[in-house]
Amino acid sequence: MSAPTTAGPGQARAFLGVLGRDIAVTGKEFGSFISQVLMQPFFLLFVFGVVLGQLGYVTPGYAQLLLPGLLALNAFFVAVQATAIPLVIDFSYTKEIEDRLLAPLSTRLVAVEKIVFGASRGLFGSLVMIPVGYIVLDEVNWVLSGLPFAALLLVLGSLSGGAAGLVLGTLVSPRKINVVFALVVTPLLFTGSTQFPFLQLENLRWFQVICALNPITYVSEGLRGALTPAVPHLAGWVCLLALVASCLIFGAIGIQGFLRRALD
Amino acid sequence: MTQTTTLPSTAGADEAVPAVEVTDLVKRYGRSTTNAVDGLSFAVRRGEVFGLLGPNGAGKTTTVGVLTTRVRKTSGLATVAGIDVAADPVGARAVLGVVPQRPNLDRSLDARGNLIWHAAYHGVPRARRRALADELLERMGLLEKATTNPDELSGGQAQRLIIARGLMHAPQVLFLDEPSTGLDPQARLFVHDRVVELAASGVTVVLTTHDMDEAAKLADRVGIVDHGKLLALDSPSGLVAGLPGEATIDLVLSGADVAAVQGRIKEVRGVAGVEDRSDDTSSLLRVRADGEAGAALAPVLGAVADAGATVSQVELGEPTLEDVFIDLTGRGLR
Repeated sequence: MSAPTTAGPGQARAFLGVLGRDIAVTGKEFGSFISQVLMQPFFLLFVFGVVLGQLGYVTPGYAQLLLPGLLALNAFFVAVQATAIPLVIDFSYTKEIEDRLLAPLSTRLVAVEKIVFGASRGLFGSLVMIPVGYIVLDEVNWVLSGLPFAALLLVLGSLSGGAAGLVLGTLVSPRKINVVFALVVTPLLFTGSTQFPFLQLENLRWFQVICALNPITYVSEGLRGALTPAVPHLAGWVCLLALVASCLIFGAIGIQGFLRRALD
Repeated sequence: MTQTTTLPSTAGADEAVPAVEVTDLVKRYGRSTTNAVDGLSFAVRRGEVFGLLGPNGAGKTTTVGVLTTRVRKTSGLATVAGIDVAADPVGARAVLGVVPQRPNLDRSLDARGNLIWHAAYHGVPRARRRALADELLERMGLLEKATTNPDELSGGQAQRLIIARGLMHAPQVLFLDEPSTGLDPQARLFVHDRVVELAASGVTVVLTTHDMDEAAKLADRVGIVDHGKLLALDSPSGLVAGLPGEATIDLVLSGADVAAVQGRIKEVRGVAGVEDRSDDTSSLLRVRADGEAGAALAPVLGAVADAGATVSQVELGEPTLEDVFIDLTGRGLR
């Protein structure tokens, strides 16, 4: 184990250096980053919120329900991808991460940096959905006093996504990453209460149980409670607790996985 | 630009403490039934170039892995600049630099970016990073490649960039794992010259190699390792001097059983030993002679003729580290 025995300003500096590198690289690839982040939720929003609405297949209020869900989805998913995919490649092929593993920083903190960086991309990916929502949808009626709580939920949702990405990135071999993404990511996409309110699933109990296991549910539901309280939603404290638990559980498993991959 | 910026930060370092010390080091990987490193002990003095010589799989890279905090030891003790690498990996990482066997440059950054961000990880003040990077790029003959992506560098250029990166935080000890494997002769020579320079500037260098010429040329002292154990440790000339015989006679033979010829030659006066170095294409014997090779040559050739063989080629020389290795293990290095 890499017990940090020389904690202090040195490690904080190294942590910021490693985080700075990741942010700088994202900055260089900003165009491709932003298009990756926006494409899927934009089309979801456009088709479900606008097209189906105009055709009369969904009720006008549906977009109100969908937008917070898409914010939640992006917070978690962009974070998962930003953490998992580079790690799979780094650990298996390029070994580019080695220089950071040799920085004067405990290996655990390198893992934490991966979570924080993934989360910051997730948070960003989620926030850019707000202007997109305002542009695509005819009207967005948010209770603005709920914004601080919504921000907290998004931060926790992003961190939880970064931690889940660390789990995937350290457990999955590159040959299986495609299969895993299909088998894990797709179900997560549709069980996160993104496109429907969780509490109204009472006649589909088995599906509700599955949705309850998906952390995105708690971001979506929490956001609805904060921003669009007219839509039925889970209580805020339930969402908060579930997300903290998710961060801790994924974080612990992910950091263990990272240590196993980083040290022989 | 001054050389002093990349001198090791020996301020406050106790000169009596070895740069590297390994005591009874054992490493056994997860499912393995044997020890990759099996009770290794050695110490490297400050400012020394120390070579670990052995065939592939001898445990050299694992030893360097433990010393550079990437491999967890099973037992024993390993210190770098007096810091126990297992107890304080973070402290150890600050004083050591690594040039790994496989290139691992950051391909999201250009050559200069690799150096500058490495300096950032190690807390080099922002204002000094760029000047330091350019100084090292120049020393490594890479200044015109500063904005090149690592993917576009040749093997030799990439290796030099990795060495430059390892030096950005002015480490006290630089570990080079097989530094010239896969390089062409010219690139190899350039890397060798940089190692000599580093040693001259006071950096302790630990290098692993399976190339006896490289070890003999660069290292002040060489530890010969096989199966995770240290077989011998001395200066290259000391190791060679320890061999029986002072000269070698290589004979390429045809027309007879090599073992029979070997037996005949062994009985010649002045012959200290005979090794069979035959391969698939030719029969080769190396004779080690006491005293001058010329004196033993005539009786040795006579013995070959007595055995009914013909000599197609004769070469006189001096024993090398490879002879030392064969003497210790009965096998060649490769």
